[in-house]
Amino acid sequence: MIEIIDLKKSFADKEILKGITTSFEAGKTNLVIGTSGSGKTVFVKCLVGLLEPTSGTISYDGIDFTALSQREKKSIRTQIGMLFQGSALFDSMTVEENVMFPLNMFTSMTAKEKLSRVNFCLERVNLVGANKKYPAEISGGMMKRVGIARAIVLNPKYLFCDEPNSGLDPQTSLLIDELLSDITHEYKMITIINTHDMNSVMGMGEKIVFLHQGFKEWEGNNQQILDTDNEILYNFIFASDFLKQLRKGAGGAIKKD
Amino acid sequence: MTFLNHFGKYLLMLRDMFTRPENFYMYWKELLRQMNGIGVGSLIIVGVISLFVGAVTALQFAYQLGSTFFPEYLIGYIVRDTMIIELAPTLSGLVLAGKVGSNVAGELGTMRISEQIDALEIMGINPNGYLVLPKISAAVIIIPPLVVLSATLGIFGGYWAAENYGISPTNYQKGLLYLFDPFNVVIMTVKSVIFAFVIASVACYQGFYVKGGALDIGRASTRAVVFGSILVIVFDYIVALVMT
Repeated sequence: MIEIIDLKKSFADKEILKGITTSFEAGKTNLVIGTSGSGKTVFVKCLVGLLEPTSGTISYDGIDFTALSQREKKSIRTQIGMLFQGSALFDSMTVEENVMFPLNMFTSMTAKEKLSRVNFCLERVNLVGANKKYPAEISGGMMKRVGIARAIVLNPKYLFCDEPNSGLDPQTSLLIDELLSDITHEYKMITIINTHDMNSVMGMGEKIVFLHQGFKEWEGNNQQILDTDNEILYNFIFASDFLKQLRKGAGGAIKKD
Repeated sequence: MTFLNHFGKYLLMLRDMFTRPENFYMYWKELLRQMNGIGVGSLIIVGVISLFVGAVTALQFAYQLGSTFFPEYLIGYIVRDTMIIELAPTLSGLVLAGKVGSNVAGELGTMRISEQIDALEIMGINPNGYLVLPKISAAVIIIPPLVVLSATLGIFGGYWAAENYGISPTNYQKGLLYLFDPFNVVIMTVKSVIFAFVIASVACYQGFYVKGGALDIGRASTRAVVFGSILVIVFDYIVALVMT
């Protein structure tokens, strides 16, 4: 379990995260949602240690991550997989080398074992035969899938995804969502996905944390979100008139217009 | 104050690259890749420039001394010492500050903007150690031999130009051996090592801490070339002052 208690983060005199307390459980797809500028990315970057929180604690299975030294954090980081918004694949390496990179760095597996593991992960993300291609030669959706393969190659306990569907068509987005959901349940990982894709929210939000202006405004799941009586969340989820009409038809808790 | 901030950050970057490698073989592979990029990738530009600079030096001195009673062999002597002490290390340094500086700053800047450096950090890999150290080490290892090659090609260029100008090859060769001081080679080597370190580390610093977008990568590359070139000239003066 990842537990976050009163997490605050400021840049100069501007407070971005204003005391967030929540927790994420294993085997669940946890979604962090919010409008642009609500602090989602800063929140996730604090969780993985790319940013130092101003105050508060982040515990990974009982270990206070914020109290660890850089060297001690390494041991937790090797259990973290992360999918970046732009995939962050290494341009100078092929798909195979990208996925193999963590294995090369942290394991003493033989070349054959590593290749077999890489092929397994590529197969898992439906990318058989793309081994020798460079990132510049594949599509955005394929890059995301390579990113997922690289993130899961070391069997991480924690998987973080920063806007996995940005820039993808709805069909590919759905495939990525299904993949993330399947992997999470299969490997009992703690998956935290930072998104504002409503399809993802409705489709796989087993736990949803809604951030607004640096505060945790609401938390629940994809069933509860439909019946929310939180006006800010309502306005975020049903931003378009089309969705509002659908919602009115379904008879939600808050009736607007 | 801003200068001190940058200098402090630069020193911290250098300090942080010295950690125990996660996997020595991967670091070695990266070092070889960088040596290939910096050294082999710069062979043609450094070679061609050195050849012609040596040739022009020989022609200019032959022209200047042509109407006086200076012996012909002095052309070989002048080309040799000019190439070894000054032109080979400094010109190569300036050329490499442009080529390697922009390349390294651009590569690291792109990696920073596209979150590749963040990806390394999250994997538990020290990005300074894996990205910066191999680049600086590769430059310090490969640039001195490149400078030696530059001096050699410059002297050959001078030989070729002098012969075409009508100076006898025997006299040029005599000049090459005339009053040869091996310490000049030491000066050349010291300069090349210092220039290599300055060019690579400044470029790494500029690229590693890029913030923003594509425009900022361009700016970082320009700064790497400008600061690298200026520092090459400044250190050229300092080494000359200290060693001659």
